[in-house]
Amino acid sequence: MAMTITEKILALHAGLEEVSPGDMIEAKVDLAFAHDVTSPIAIKVFNEIGTGKVFDREKIALVADHFVPNKDIQSAQQAKLMREFAGEQKIKHYFEVGEAGIGHVILPEKGLVLPGQLIVGADSHTCTYGALGAFSTGVGSTDLGAVMATGEIWLKVPPTIRIEYEGNLQAGVVGKDLILHTIGLMGVEGALYCALEFTGEVIRRLPMNQRFTMANMAIEAGGKSGIIEPDETTLAYVAERSSLEPLILKGDPDAKYEKVMEIMVDEIEPQVAFPPSPANVRPISEVGDVQLDQVFIGSCTNGWLEDLRDAAGILKGRRIARGLRLIVIPSSPWIYRKAIEEGIIETFLDAGAVIGPPCCGPCLGGHMGILAEGERALSTTNRNFVGRMGHPKSEVYLSNPLVAAASAVLGRIGGVDEL
Amino acid sequence: MKFQGKVWKFGNDIDTDLIIPARYLNISDGSELAKSCFIDVRPDFAKDVSSGDILIAGRNFGCGSSREHAPLAIKEAGISVIIAKSFARIFYRNAFNIGLPLLESEEATKGLSEGEEIAVDLATGKIKSIGGGKTFSAHPIPDFMRELIKMGGLVEYTKRQKGH
Repeated sequence: MAMTITEKILALHAGLEEVSPGDMIEAKVDLAFAHDVTSPIAIKVFNEIGTGKVFDREKIALVADHFVPNKDIQSAQQAKLMREFAGEQKIKHYFEVGEAGIGHVILPEKGLVLPGQLIVGADSHTCTYGALGAFSTGVGSTDLGAVMATGEIWLKVPPTIRIEYEGNLQAGVVGKDLILHTIGLMGVEGALYCALEFTGEVIRRLPMNQRFTMANMAIEAGGKSGIIEPDETTLAYVAERSSLEPLILKGDPDAKYEKVMEIMVDEIEPQVAFPPSPANVRPISEVGDVQLDQVFIGSCTNGWLEDLRDAAGILKGRRIARGLRLIVIPSSPWIYRKAIEEGIIETFLDAGAVIGPPCCGPCLGGHMGILAEGERALSTTNRNFVGRMGHPKSEVYLSNPLVAAASAVLGRIGGVDEL
Repeated sequence: MKFQGKVWKFGNDIDTDLIIPARYLNISDGSELAKSCFIDVRPDFAKDVSSGDILIAGRNFGCGSSREHAPLAIKEAGISVIIAKSFARIFYRNAFNIGLPLLESEEATKGLSEGEEIAVDLATGKIKSIGGGKTFSAHPIPDFMRELIKMGGLVEYTKRQKGH
């Protein structure tokens, strides 16, 4: 039977010849991920199940990334609980502050994610790894606790929505704009329970970091996963980081899709998502006058080295607007170091930015840039829900890193061409 | 399983940040989390909700983060069952995994109002208002999820399945 790449990965991990959308399967997990916020409940569940030992100490990744370096006593307790568990269970891929960055960035960076794998993580943005051709989905802490005990998870095989991007991107339009535009078209529940598959000539030309950005935000359309079939770009990225053989699967030409959408990209401008929904998008030319108090460049969506490079390219020789705060957080220590070596950090500092240590930072209103009542931020992150970055009466707008950098100079949301 | 309680009504796309904002995610204890459930959108919810009450919402309830703190806070606040037009998928898994049943019913979502007393039969998916005489039906809960709820959640299910 013809299958999509998602169905092939799921069938393989369930030990079945074939699967169809709607099938309930028990699948073997290649990598299970949790962080300092979701692991405490997962560890409690693991202890309640009572196997004593994790299923495989080399297939679990625990990363301190949300509230670290710890912002208060309670978050310090949570990080301590994860640290002690990792020690007791001899978890191989435990990453402590200093070595850790944002989990979704450091796991691919360290070669722990390969095409064809099945990965679950107690974080909704676990769908990021789909950019490498893995099936990868977010789950809750109880699911993750059970996976740590058994190495298996129950899954309902999702139908796939295939989105083909064709044409040529305008200058300054990047993966973030494609995914925001797509979420705007589909709505926040347009892909509910579905796998999103991104394809077409535009995707084939897209660099890895922008593919990660797109897969990362599949959840914002309600998707169970986002996936891009592996190609030369994928394999070059993986070969630099892992000595393991990747499993290169592709969908069959006659595979069945829930829906196929074609998006012509030529007319797409940089996109801005207005609060309080990532689907509430407008092209930059229709934004109007939106004054800003803060700009944040970072997160698992857009804190990659290339993102920082893009933003620094705009900020070179410029100063941010008076009274505005620009917060930049490289997503991993490796990115941070490279950004120093390339002079990117110096450019940010010269422009008036503050640099935070690799972590999730203000993206989810954790720390390092909480908004006060009535304040407005433009952020390269993935969600702009009510109160997401602070006070319930603050506002978050989403954009790509180029628009974020230009807007920091302008003091209001605006495009690169307005500088 | 049958439940009876007062309706708390919410709209569409209620995200996990509205259910329990990130500033409370330094807490893992359910009863502590329950005190701040819906704090930014309905500050009186935690104080006024009674054990057994029923939450009714529109489409895509629980979208956003994977934080299990969200269904946990709702369950520990006393909500017995959530009825919505649709649920975000991670929330859906999480709720059943911790033994909080969910029903999908567009007609109940449209036909019931805040404060009404209703009865819900999980086995048949029948929802009826006490006194009002209105009845609605929900999509039947898939067998696997019904099994999870019967056992009290994924922990017990895993223990039995795996013989742990």
